Amino acid sequence: MNKDFYDKLIFDCSVKGRRGFSLPVNVFNDNLDDLPAQLLRNEAPALPEVDEPTIVRHYNNLSTNNFGVDTGFYPLGSCTMKYNPKINEEVAAAPGFAALHPAQPDETVQGALEAYHTLQSFLSEIGGMAEFTLNPFAGAHGELTGLMVIHAYHDHNGDFARDKVIVPDSAHGTNPASANVCGYKIVEVKSLADGTVDVDDLRSKLDNTVAAVMMTNPNTVGMFEKNIPEIARMVHEAGALMYYDGANLNPMLGVARPGDMGFDVMHINLHKTFSTPHGGGGPGSGPVGVRDGLQDFLPNPRVIYDETDDSYYVSTDSPEALGRISSWLGNFTVELKALAYILSLGADALAQVGPHAVLNANYIKDSLKGDYLLPIDGACKHEFVFDGLADKSTGVTTLNIAKRLLDFGFHAPTIYFPLLFHESLMIEPTETESRETLDRFIEVMKQIAREARETPKVVLNAPHNTPVVHPDDTEAALHPVVKYSEL
Amino acid sequence: MIKYLPSHEYARIEGNEAYIGISPYAAKQLGNVVYVDMPEVDDEVEKDEEFGAIESVKAASDLFAPLSGTIIEVNEALVDNPRLVSDDPMANWIIKITIADPAQADELLDQAAYDELCDKEQKH
Amino acid sequence: MSRHRYLPHTDADITAMLDRCGADNIDRLFADIPEQLRMKNGYDLPGEMSEPEVRRYFNALENENEPLVCFAGGGFYDRYAPSVIKSLMARSEFLTAYTPYQPEISQGTLQYIFEYQSMMCELTGLDVSNASLYDGATATAEAMMMCVAAARKRNRVLISATVAPYVREVVATYARYHKVELSVIPEKDGVTDRAAMQQMLAEGNVAGVILASPNYYGILEDFSGFADDIHSAKALMVINSHACALGVIKTPAEWGADIAVGDAQSLGMPLNFGGPYLGYMCTTKALMRKMPGRIVGATKDEKGQRVFVLTLQAREQHIRREKATSNICSNQGIMTLYAAMYCSVMGAEGLGQVNRLSYGGAHYLARNLTAIPGVSLKYPDKPFLNEFVIKFPSPEAADNAYYSAVSFGYLPGIRIADDELLIAVTEMRDSDEMDDLTQIFTAAVCPADNGKEANDE
Repeated sequence: MNKDFYDKLIFDCSVKGRRGFSLPVNVFNDNLDDLPAQLLRNEAPALPEVDEPTIVRHYNNLSTNNFGVDTGFYPLGSCTMKYNPKINEEVAAAPGFAALHPAQPDETVQGALEAYHTLQSFLSEIGGMAEFTLNPFAGAHGELTGLMVIHAYHDHNGDFARDKVIVPDSAHGTNPASANVCGYKIVEVKSLADGTVDVDDLRSKLDNTVAAVMMTNPNTVGMFEKNIPEIARMVHEAGALMYYDGANLNPMLGVARPGDMGFDVMHINLHKTFSTPHGGGGPGSGPVGVRDGLQDFLPNPRVIYDETDDSYYVSTDSPEALGRISSWLGNFTVELKALAYILSLGADALAQVGPHAVLNANYIKDSLKGDYLLPIDGACKHEFVFDGLADKSTGVTTLNIAKRLLDFGFHAPTIYFPLLFHESLMIEPTETESRETLDRFIEVMKQIAREARETPKVVLNAPHNTPVVHPDDTEAALHPVVKYSEL
Repeated sequence: MIKYLPSHEYARIEGNEAYIGISPYAAKQLGNVVYVDMPEVDDEVEKDEEFGAIESVKAASDLFAPLSGTIIEVNEALVDNPRLVSDDPMANWIIKITIADPAQADELLDQAAYDELCDKEQKH
Repeated sequence: MSRHRYLPHTDADITAMLDRCGADNIDRLFADIPEQLRMKNGYDLPGEMSEPEVRRYFNALENENEPLVCFAGGGFYDRYAPSVIKSLMARSEFLTAYTPYQPEISQGTLQYIFEYQSMMCELTGLDVSNASLYDGATATAEAMMMCVAAARKRNRVLISATVAPYVREVVATYARYHKVELSVIPEKDGVTDRAAMQQMLAEGNVAGVILASPNYYGILEDFSGFADDIHSAKALMVINSHACALGVIKTPAEWGADIAVGDAQSLGMPLNFGGPYLGYMCTTKALMRKMPGRIVGATKDEKGQRVFVLTLQAREQHIRREKATSNICSNQGIMTLYAAMYCSVMGAEGLGQVNRLSYGGAHYLARNLTAIPGVSLKYPDKPFLNEFVIKFPSPEAADNAYYSAVSFGYLPGIRIADDELLIAVTEMRDSDEMDDLTQIFTAAVCPADNGKEANDE
């Protein structure tokens, strides 16, 4: 990271009369100014006027104010910040894919359709499902799509009374939000002291008004829901479906499949488990898989393989489909990256991803549990949650610890989630981190715990080494300044 | 007379009118208030139903009406200075209503019962 | 245990780490998983491919595709992509970061989103932009839900028949599950039927009206008076536009819109066979807190520096859960960097030039195609920017023209009816390509004319 803070906006670099573009001369006779004046803008937009070298320096300098997986360890719980392989980027940018308009006729895009279909069949194998749609753009979009599948299924059966979705109180915020967008009421089910779902509480809430139960397994405290076979049986007996939030799928690679656990519908975050870059917030991809019997409810368009002439075609008119949830076939080049990842690993190495991710998480947990409060003991899966420092007398909070980590060149873990604990510090190392990196992180975490006892001010006032220190969030929300002209 | 909902809204009842706001306990839990989403004058509010929302930087909660009635005033000062609620939530009420059914006040918590509830929540 | 370049651990590492965990093998860490759930046999997937093999695999797939010279649009266009963008998009400090929750080490991401928001406000004329939604279609669906949330009790939304059909389908899907009553305003001669809209508004319960310009047929609609109609019914006005056009056409704000949405793919983004693209949304200050998605705001830090943070987060799903304004979490992220860089490279002048070249080319091609006997503009009296609908004398003629063009390496447009083709021209098409297409169509439509062999190269 750059210690000299580069604080310019591209607008600050603008000088009237400069230009950065290069376009052909206009040789056509028809002039846009012939359009009726009331259809045209009154004045040109105030965009920057910048030359090409200035643009390049600006964005390169800006990038040095940023921290990515390629910069350092990024143990952000529930986000699976694993290494993003470079070959993925190379194949996704190939002109043979990038230049394709989505309206090209099927016979001219057979390679693209084959890539889509191949990835969906690989994901079906990994998830233990019958078919995937790759159309959803992100995890939350996948959740919504999956719930729509469930809605369409119940509607198809004339089962219109089911207006509720059950989510555990430890669920990702997107679960209740997606259920609400899908028109469902939300019922929360309690967690037990070990972080798993309270089966008795769940049983008491199951009836013929429940459409689905949304769960993630392992859950957000990193524990495997070992009662899942019983839960699935109960839910199915009540006529509801089981939804698997795939945000935590990574530790299950090579270990267990959601389909075998009894889930009917699931989504996968390709930008988590399948190594596509998070891009500062996106684009992601949230494919949705369904068990046999639910395929027809998947959204349009669908890519179908026609065995008779060994070709692929796009189907846009499945009568039972839930509808359309994207313009086309989703974030297609993100899908290509995930396909490259699966092929690069192959069946055997892919099956080691889960075990190594789990080993890394347990290694950190067991190394630090004396210094930090571990509310739920036992073998965790891909992640675990500390409830702040073990020593509660120091006044040092989880936020302080997170900020102090930045001083040492680490990204902070997820903080204040899940909501089950007051000082949640949720750590997910992923399988791509070496033992040396984990050791260095452990050492720093121990040092922070020591500082909290001996020199608490150092932690309370952190960060000290970042170019920006303690931004005023309250002022930002009180008097929002959201564009250049307001600065 | 001041009465409370368990969701921490108060109603300061004066004759057939009531000032509705959030309790000092709730204000403290929220931290610095940055925005109050308020309804409009003449809107009807319904007891135990949502009438608005209040936000701090890292939290948000819905506002529930302790009593049914019609809004006769909203506290315009909160539009530019929502922090007033953090500073003195009892003085800085959010809406003022005419009470539709005075008997509803009997269902609300009095000061002693409300204090006990806050004590319990604090310990939890 | 086999080694892989993405998995650093050696056997010695694993042994040492397991020791710390008090386990004698990795399997012990999974002892809590019921035996019947454990995978018994490995995945039925291909074996590991080396990097050269992965390249070969994808090259083979690429060779199964035939990228065509693109005259198709429908909201997504073959645009000039400045080479600086490709180079800068590869900066992995940008690419491999996630949501900028830690502003101290995320100013790069936060600043480019702020730049993007500022630029989208300039293009739409509105007060505030979010940090992106998925695509133009889902952005329009989010706008529909925003109208309903803002109206509190009214839940009917009107959408013009001139909005692109795939956008209407997505909006209808969201409406069906979100319990919004969605009604289609009929079109009249290629534009929204204002009288019909007024009638529907008069029926009451309307929370919002969704319009488009340029509309699906490429026509620039005249919304004079629409804002008054809509606002006097207390509904919100939403305009969907593809972002590039906003460089020259009357802005949603100038028409009186409350919400502007659409796809920003047209800001030079690769076609990518459908994605990733970029859904944008802008609105007024009054509606800012009802807007879905992340927003970056400026503030000061302890040193008094101008810095950027995620703000107004209390609207979002990680805080409000089922009460959130939307379920969106991941968005299109780095595509906003693409849009910001594109707008910086082009500036207002470049964006104007792109639109002028597209306008000039589209009108040139339209004139030449309609000189073919039996071929006509479907909406001859309506103004268009860079896209138009032609009618063929028969479905057979349309078939011939379309497939003949494909066989010569052209994607001549999007077939929107048996005898109609929606054709787009951008700055990427030169007059040679357009003349070639005209010849191909002539030969296909008038075979007896015997005039021109298409393949005269």
